[in-house]
Amino acid sequence: MLEGDGLAVIRGERLVFSGLGFRVEPGGALLLIGPNGSGKSTLLRLVAGLVRAEAGRLSWQGTDALADLADHAARVAYLGHLDAVKPGLTVAENLLVWGFRERIARALDTVGLAALADLPAKMLSAGQRRRLALARLALRPAPIWLLDEPTLGLDTASVERFGAMLAEHRAGGGIVMAATHLPLPLPGYAELSLA
Amino acid sequence: MSLFLTLLRRELRLSLRHGADTLAAVLFFLLAAALFPLAIGPAPETLGRLAPGIVYVCALLAALLPLDRLFGADYDDGSLDQLLLSGLPAPAVAGAKALGHWIVTGLPLLVAAAPIAVMLRIADDALPVLLLGLLPATLLLSLFGTVGAAVVLGARRGGVLLPLLVLPLTTPVLIFGVAAADAAAGGLTPRPHLLLLAALAAAALPLCPLAAGAALRGAAE
Repeated sequence: MLEGDGLAVIRGERLVFSGLGFRVEPGGALLLIGPNGSGKSTLLRLVAGLVRAEAGRLSWQGTDALADLADHAARVAYLGHLDAVKPGLTVAENLLVWGFRERIARALDTVGLAALADLPAKMLSAGQRRRLALARLALRPAPIWLLDEPTLGLDTASVERFGAMLAEHRAGGGIVMAATHLPLPLPGYAELSLA
Repeated sequence: MSLFLTLLRRELRLSLRHGADTLAAVLFFLLAAALFPLAIGPAPETLGRLAPGIVYVCALLAALLPLDRLFGADYDDGSLDQLLLSGLPAPAVAGAKALGHWIVTGLPLLVAAAPIAVMLRIADDALPVLLLGLLPATLLLSLFGTVGAAVVLGARRGGVLLPLLVLPLTTPVLIFGVAAADAAAGGLTPRPHLLLLAALAAAALPLCPLAAGAALRGAAE
């Protein structure tokens, strides 16, 4: 169970949000909604351990989640709004650092890029690059998925495949936190509104 | 540890794919050093006297060239966030980057230094000492450079700030490295200077990745 309590973030001497609390049960999904600049991405980065909280506490299974950042990183799969794809590497090579070698073929298959595995990533279209970034989620058994606009630029078939990924992840007890303005294939989600 | 090696391999593979960037530092070194005989005249005794200093200053400047993109590319395309979440502690990420920079830039500079030093008529006794000194010296340049690159990450005009930050740090490397070669050329023992260089490297090896790692965390925020 992932729990946030009284979280506050200050960036560049501006208070992004404060007193923010939420709770996600295993298999649960939390959708962050709010206008641009309301701190959705910042909250995702905070839960990932990339941004420091000025106040409040983030706990995972009842213990302080951010006490050991390297430990926490193993629990988290983060998809930012940037794809983190290196144009100089092939599609398969792009995934090498983030997970186990034997899972790469399966992960590429999940997002429908298996046929392009040996192609240089600079040949990919924007949507295909996004799918490559999504494949990173399937590489490691991380219980917490943090998704920042995950379906931006995806076609309908890819969104459906992504829905299947999300369903499989949640069926295994995984948690999803997502910030988006597009409808996501996430049945039974809870909402957290950032003003 | 295996993750560290995977990251290092990724760095090397990326440098190989962007071969022109990698080669640029070595070519800059060769060209800059070749300008000196044209500027100060080809008299062997003058050139031989200046050779260690020329080699060190040019190597130092050449090592700065690829630093701007050491973390810059990862910062711009979102890879830095993913690297920090890869399960490696941030200092280990910085350490892998520094080691990658040394292998791709430092070692080729070391190899290129030999023909350049001979071309500049360095004293025969001084050449092996110069190269031996460059071994810890190039490693130190990579380590200091990694700290500098991590600190200026995200700053406006970071590329301009970087040399201003790194060059003062590298003065001890320059002093002891050249002193070792000069000592050998003058028939003295270069041992104390080389030991001081090695001591610097031994201190920088654990400390620089720690500092760079902290700077990376700050930049990601």
